[in-house]
Amino acid sequence: MKVLSIISTPWRATLEEQDDTIIWLMHAIADVGAEVDVILYGDAAGYGAKGLDARGLTFGQTSQSNPPDINRDLINFLKRGRKVFICEKSLSHLGIHKDSVLPGLELVSKDKLVQLFDRYDKVWHW
Amino acid sequence: MSISLTFALMDAPYESSRTVTALRLIDIAARRGYDLKIFAYEGAVALAYKDQAAHANIVHKHDIEEENHPLPHKWIESLHETAVQHKGSIEWVNCDICGDERGIDNYVECTRGGTHVDFWQFVSSTDNTLVIGTTTT
Repeated sequence: MKVLSIISTPWRATLEEQDDTIIWLMHAIADVGAEVDVILYGDAAGYGAKGLDARGLTFGQTSQSNPPDINRDLINFLKRGRKVFICEKSLSHLGIHKDSVLPGLELVSKDKLVQLFDRYDKVWHW
Repeated sequence: MSISLTFALMDAPYESSRTVTALRLIDIAARRGYDLKIFAYEGAVALAYKDQAAHANIVHKHDIEEENHPLPHKWIESLHETAVQHKGSIEWVNCDICGDERGIDNYVECTRGGTHVDFWQFVSSTDNTLVIGTTTT
């Protein structure tokens, strides 16, 4: 069964979780055999921008030693042989130029989303 | 005279970025030696829950030490220590009935249970109040 996960709610407790929980879940189920790909949509298209850096969180004397690295987690997802798509229109809304997107991510225009969905047995929207 | 501020928090830990934003603001105020009153309402009572436990991360391939997973109750303890070091204070109250609903009553010692009365007293006795509400969706 082929699944496409639409991720559209980013930065949801990523500092506390040290990752995006949906990208994490996609990794975890890919580990046990799931054929799952991801599309970054809406504000989550920002995850595809190169150079995200969440270092430096400190409360009092407690500093975070292992901050989230969403770029790393997306690249590692590609290394599994899975696909990561990114909505061009969402990038445009966020003011992110195509040249700033991580290599390996596949841009999809909004009018091609339906055809993309049609290639999968299930589409999940997070 | 020291500046005093009230913060009302609503979001549960590990659910939104608002919590970390709120704690960042509290951290800045604590470093300035302000007297701070925090009212943790609804899901935010779980921020001070002492039984939060770190875990390893199979996706990051980190064991429990390497992952060093954040625990909000530890952050609260750290904020409390920072306030004291800078000659300020943090009085952190967890809404009792919110904790009852959620089965949470084991809080870190630098916080306590309380009621809406505490919230009103905080608001009435401090220079200003910042409500960091939860999402409407």
